[in-house]
Amino acid sequence: MIKKVEITSENDKFLNKVNELSGEVVTLCDQCGTCSGGCPLVTEMDITPSQWMRLVQLGLKEVLDFKAIWLCASCFTCTVRCPRKIDVSKVAEALRQIILRKAIDYIDLKAIPKDELACLPQIALVSACRKFTG
Amino acid sequence: MADNKSPIMERIAEANKAATTGIDAKDIKNWITIYIMGKAYKVPADLTILAGMEYAGYKFVRGVGCRQGFCGACATVFRKKGDYKLQTGMACQTRAEDGMYLVQIPFTPAETADYDITKEPYEASVFIKYYPEVARCVSCNTCTKACPQDLEVMDYVQDAIRGDFDGLADVSFDCIQCGLCAMRCPAEIVQYNVAQLGRRMYGRYGQGVPDHLRKRVKEINEGTFNEEMAKITACPVEELRQIYTEREKEPE
Amino acid sequence: MTTTKTETTKTTPTGIAKIPYYPGCTLKTTAKNFENSAIATARALGIELLEIPRWNCCGTVFSLADDDLIHHVASVRNFVRVQEMNDYGLVKNENRLVTLCAMCFNTLKSTNLRMKNNAEDLSKINDLMYREEDYQGKVEVLHFLELLKSLGFEKIRDRVKKPLKGLKIAPYYGCMILRPQEIGIDDPEDPTIQKDLLESLGADPIDTPYKRVCCGSYQTVKEKNIVAELAYDILSHAQKEGAEALATVCPLCAFNLDNRQKEVKAAHPDFEEIPIFYVTQLMAIAFGLGNEFYGFDQNYIDPRPLLKKKALIEQ
Repeated sequence: MIKKVEITSENDKFLNKVNELSGEVVTLCDQCGTCSGGCPLVTEMDITPSQWMRLVQLGLKEVLDFKAIWLCASCFTCTVRCPRKIDVSKVAEALRQIILRKAIDYIDLKAIPKDELACLPQIALVSACRKFTG
Repeated sequence: MADNKSPIMERIAEANKAATTGIDAKDIKNWITIYIMGKAYKVPADLTILAGMEYAGYKFVRGVGCRQGFCGACATVFRKKGDYKLQTGMACQTRAEDGMYLVQIPFTPAETADYDITKEPYEASVFIKYYPEVARCVSCNTCTKACPQDLEVMDYVQDAIRGDFDGLADVSFDCIQCGLCAMRCPAEIVQYNVAQLGRRMYGRYGQGVPDHLRKRVKEINEGTFNEEMAKITACPVEELRQIYTEREKEPE
Repeated sequence: MTTTKTETTKTTPTGIAKIPYYPGCTLKTTAKNFENSAIATARALGIELLEIPRWNCCGTVFSLADDDLIHHVASVRNFVRVQEMNDYGLVKNENRLVTLCAMCFNTLKSTNLRMKNNAEDLSKINDLMYREEDYQGKVEVLHFLELLKSLGFEKIRDRVKKPLKGLKIAPYYGCMILRPQEIGIDDPEDPTIQKDLLESLGADPIDTPYKRVCCGSYQTVKEKNIVAELAYDILSHAQKEGAEALATVCPLCAFNLDNRQKEVKAAHPDFEEIPIFYVTQLMAIAFGLGNEFYGFDQNYIDPRPLLKKKALIEQ
């Protein structure tokens, strides 16, 4: 499917914001797909890591609507494999932060069933709070 | 409050009167200016924030209690002249200073979880179950800095995360539930309520029932004090008052 | 790593080396068996893991946003505690900090790296923590496996009283001790450190390509079924290679691979449950330290039937 995208200064602003938060230069990505190929959660994702990289390159904010950025488990497989030395997991973190910093949480702690909370190890909850709450 | 003339309301009014009218302006040599919610008031030096506010004309019905630094009702946020830091304290325990900006935080609308400690296992998971947000602590120590009781609040939050009931009960023992920690916490934790849950669990499961309590409960159940109790309940009020004032007290 | 080697050789055979030890929250609760077995095995090797006084939660999972400093405060505060241990003479000139939990390790080491490479960030954090002494940037974060490697696996082999003969164990590394590369303690694609350790214990290490594939980590909170699928891949591949159990050093991997077998079983009725060990539990067994250090009660899938079958624990 061909989709025409008009790039405005707004798109640039979004790209720059992601670059700034992640400390990476997303435009360096040449879309080889290594990150997607190695991602352990890619089968569950609605877009692949290389697709979110492309959407960010184009400055398209719709990337924030995909569940994929939340399914990233920060396992750093993409990080160690990227031939362009881009830390893709940091880009996912930047995208999550853009949402979380507007005080929009991805998980509602009080909605987790109490018996589930009681059996989770601390480490699971602490890390989920770091990644999914602002 | 249908009955405005209830004895309790009268007593509160009386207590407030004593604080507000106890000072005569002509006797005052030194005056300071404090800013309550941004408005300047001239009040006598050497007053607490609470007394200063009352001198300025504020009347407290809520947000004040024991006036002794024990009840935690009169939390206050202030900034001293020339300082950038917002500080916290109890209004009844903090001296008003010239140029101080201040406001009261009479109530913290924090969550109190609904639990039954008799049904909870004595395990760390109890904190995560009822206050999962403790996992959001970033160890910034803001709570400790805010505590008017000088408690190591962050340390006891850490005790809660790892389920150290003993440490939590020890460190948080002097908490007066003023809520200032929760007001300042960037992780939105309700430290003082977490501590209360921990102390309740510790009291029930960690500490065990002390021997003297066990002994006394046994005596009560055996009716050792029945006769004495019957005598007291039958006592006229005046006589009861006399018994109370003349009772044996613990040595000072 | 050269400094590590010279420092450990300082200890005489009779002397006990004291090293600051950072437990982390989970080691005090659901992974108490990991801590107990590790402390006991370390002691058997002449090392006292001395718990850092007033340690706080590391705030696990390293903050990846470039402008986020507040989430590094927790780690730095723990480094200050290590300095204090030296100040108060609890340890002598010992700047190493040893952790067991893979996630704590990754978080602490990442923060430490950022503090060592970025003086401005360090000074901002020191300013924020004005009630503490300044962090000088001298702490070295080590994983327990690195400490063992620096002792030499030969020394561990010498200590083995009950070799884990015939026990087929697939080492599972997960992510946090391997990646990113500057944090990892081994080859991120083909790690061998656990295999070497298991060999020195007399076990049969089983290699599987899934040894470094993520278990789903914190997704377990919201997406336990996805995590169960990942666990199924990891576990069933190990079983295909002949593994009778897996070994790990991460309490979150352990939870996802062990406790989530309940969900795995529900989704794949043919799946046969398989025990998950902390590698230190296996060390404790091989050292013959005794039941009180094994902590099998905390393992979700009981490993005792397997160990009895191999005559490694008493009937």
